[in-house]
Amino acid sequence: MIRWLLLRCLQAAVTLLLVAILLFCLMRLAPGDPLSRVSGEQQLTPGALAHLREQYGLDQPIARQLAVWLAGVVRGDLGTSIEYGRPVTSLIADRLPATLLLGGTALLINFTLGLWLGAVQAVRRGAPVDRWLTAASLAGYATPSFWLGLVLAGLVAVRWRLLPAAGMQNPLLPSDAGPWVRGLDIADHLVLPAATLVIVSIASTMRYQRRAMLEVLPLPYIVAARAKGLAEPVVVRRHAWRNALFPVLTLAGLWLPILATGSVFVESVFAWPGLGSLAAGAVGTRDYPLLMGTALLVSSLIVLGGLLTDVAYGVLDPRIRWA
Amino acid sequence: MSRVLEVENLRVTFPAGDGRRVAAVDGVSFSLDRGETLALVGESGCGKSLTSLSLLRLVPAPGRIEPDSRIRLADTDVLALEGDALRAIRGRRIGMIFQDPMTSLDPVFRVGDQIAEGILAHFPVSRREARERAVALLRETGIPDPAARADAFPHQLSGGMRQRVMIAIALAAEPEILVADEPTTALDVTVQAQILEVLDRLRAERGMAVLLITHDLGIVAGRADRVAVMYAGQIVEEAPTAALFARPSHPYTRGLFGSIPRLTGPVERLRPIPGTVPSPAAWPSGCRFRPRCPYAFEPCGREPPRNDVGPGQWMRCWLEGEQR
Amino acid sequence: MGLTGLPGTLIAGVWRQPSGRAALVTLGLIVAVALAGPPFLPDPAAQPDVLGQASLPPGSGHLFGTDPLSRDVLSRVVGGARVSLAVAGLAVLVSVTIGAGVGLVAGYLGGTVDAVLMRLVDAALAIPRLFILLLLLAVWDRIPLGALILILGTTGWFGTSRLVRGEVLRLKQEAFVTGAEALGAGRARVMFRHLFPNTLGPLLVAATLGVGDVILLEAGLSFLGLGIQPPRPSWGGMIFDAKAELLTAPWTSIFPGLAIAATVLAVNLLGDALSGALDPRQS
Repeated sequence: MIRWLLLRCLQAAVTLLLVAILLFCLMRLAPGDPLSRVSGEQQLTPGALAHLREQYGLDQPIARQLAVWLAGVVRGDLGTSIEYGRPVTSLIADRLPATLLLGGTALLINFTLGLWLGAVQAVRRGAPVDRWLTAASLAGYATPSFWLGLVLAGLVAVRWRLLPAAGMQNPLLPSDAGPWVRGLDIADHLVLPAATLVIVSIASTMRYQRRAMLEVLPLPYIVAARAKGLAEPVVVRRHAWRNALFPVLTLAGLWLPILATGSVFVESVFAWPGLGSLAAGAVGTRDYPLLMGTALLVSSLIVLGGLLTDVAYGVLDPRIRWA
Repeated sequence: MSRVLEVENLRVTFPAGDGRRVAAVDGVSFSLDRGETLALVGESGCGKSLTSLSLLRLVPAPGRIEPDSRIRLADTDVLALEGDALRAIRGRRIGMIFQDPMTSLDPVFRVGDQIAEGILAHFPVSRREARERAVALLRETGIPDPAARADAFPHQLSGGMRQRVMIAIALAAEPEILVADEPTTALDVTVQAQILEVLDRLRAERGMAVLLITHDLGIVAGRADRVAVMYAGQIVEEAPTAALFARPSHPYTRGLFGSIPRLTGPVERLRPIPGTVPSPAAWPSGCRFRPRCPYAFEPCGREPPRNDVGPGQWMRCWLEGEQR
Repeated sequence: MGLTGLPGTLIAGVWRQPSGRAALVTLGLIVAVALAGPPFLPDPAAQPDVLGQASLPPGSGHLFGTDPLSRDVLSRVVGGARVSLAVAGLAVLVSVTIGAGVGLVAGYLGGTVDAVLMRLVDAALAIPRLFILLLLLAVWDRIPLGALILILGTTGWFGTSRLVRGEVLRLKQEAFVTGAEALGAGRARVMFRHLFPNTLGPLLVAATLGVGDVILLEAGLSFLGLGIQPPRPSWGGMIFDAKAELLTAPWTSIFPGLAIAATVLAVNLLGDALSGALDPRQS
């Protein structure tokens, strides 16, 4: 078991290394070099351009640049943002909590509401509620997140004035407002972006849970549980649910990319100060170091998430833990 | 002599795909008295497992028990029960041992908890008390070191131990009837005998009636009081065990005996029954065994009557008792 | 299941399911309108009477209304359909080709080749596709349509390759593979003549679902200015343009959004129905 854990960690490390190399290649693959746009905008003299190149290490051979980049990554140095002029790491550190809050909330709702609805679908398979839930969730999945965000913001925030339309906090809050008030304010701002993220992603959760439960429900030990005289809800909750949870857990690794992608649009639309909007902004200014740094961080979180899921699976499934 | 179980004209039907329903169990009747063991014998596909599931109303959808069936537990009409009343008989009045202990035990719960679950469902005791009873039950089934074993997960136990756990679960709520569905099929031969011993002992100690479902005539001898032979959804012969072994009457029963390899006596060719078991969607008309029966003659095109051939022994056949 | 008659059987299988029927009909409608519609509609790029026809609500003459630049929304939506469907279709073609190729090779050859390829795929899958696209597309001022399609295509094959590899691993054990090898078939022949046709089913499902994903991605990219460039109509671009008039002229953003949702929904339902038609399991 320990050996398997170590192996998994090693695999994750290798994957991370490959991710970093891949990102570097992506950046260099794009035609032109990162500074060409900057120079175009700012009308730099050839001398100033050469100086900038040197500063960013672009005059070195490719292999060297890669080594420098990797060494920097390991050190925690992701370069300097072209637009902000600050270290990428500090920019990311500033914006990461907001994204974790938004993404985490969406993930939490996915895992509670989504799993519950999927179970309902499985137990009432074929009934109208099953069909309607499938239709509704698929419609949600098909909806572009940025459009949904705009619609929700327009209707709920602007037209009906129920919730704030943008940002994470009310800038007009008095500076002596206590943590409770601040917390509620953030929660207020969290509702619409989180709802948008959940609506477009919950279909996946529900489908997987439904399928997992449907695979478990006909199994002999479920029939055996009923034969003991257990009430049906107990059978479903205690036996079906627990066993269906395992395949669904592995899906947590898949949600992160969906949430990361959704975050870029949702954060932009709602001006949520997270990594997603940071990345979207970096696109406009062709701020490559920032883009790469953000991409690297998000990918690392995904790899880490996958590792944690595997570990959780190994720990929770007695067949693996006590093999 | 008290009758604990009475089954009359049990029919279990399934949709056949084109709107029809076919009867996988077609008019099965039998009864059980307190303390006696009835063996229900037949090949796979004859409907014996479905019969046992019907007793607990656990027939999987889209199958259903037809309304003209009768299942009575002493004075209770099982088919009329709903909700809590139905749950009250499951485990408590009829305990069931399922066929494959590996798949019939929840892999993520400890076996002790799974036994205790059955206790807690019917008796208002504390979890600790339920746990103690569970360990005691495990001890009764002959598992060594039951307290430690109770904390094990199913995959950590051997096949024989898992089966003992299944027996413990079936007995947890102290039922008066025990249904054992192929309790030894998934086990090694050496372990089979042990398990059957355990069942025998527990049955005698608790005075339970046992419905033993199996395809293996070998485990029936010496263990069952009476035997009912099933074929194609119907019981084709029923007799006290000794009588059945001495004078198998129905051609199918005789075919079954003829196809058993024997360790003693002159070495003969095995005589398998030609043909294969028909599927419920294609039961032959008249006597269902007709296509495979070496004695088939003209009347067999019609439903054969119940034909008494000895004390407590009858068969569903057109042939007269000794006429061959 | 022979290869001839497969399309017919599939369509029949899809048609049998109510959701599949709805999907086929809807998609058929969308494609038909996209292909044949433009001649019947006002030119999407025309700005005939800049002030007089600006921001009209849906009414006679303009079924979906007009945008602030006096362009007929319906014809822009239809125009967007043409572009989005074409881009998605071609991109998925590229993805599926590469993915199938890599999956076949990795699955059949196994060993180091498989290990290396799958490690790379794992790394690529760890980076959300959108980020890869952002990095690749940010370098252009105006992205040529061909480059967009190619980039979308080359970033979407990772999942497919794992899928095909899984199928190949499963099929490798089958007798027909050993039989072909025993008869002296070279590796390429085994892969393409024997293994590949048997992966077509799941591949088709993945491709269909992939189209939906690309439509959503492309719309998002266009929204960010990185996708289809104006004045070529694109659903995402229309929504971006309509941001300012969200409440004053909602029809300018509602219709393109609905178009995206309806198309993606239909495509996903089709993918589901295909999966159901290929694998007759109760679900």
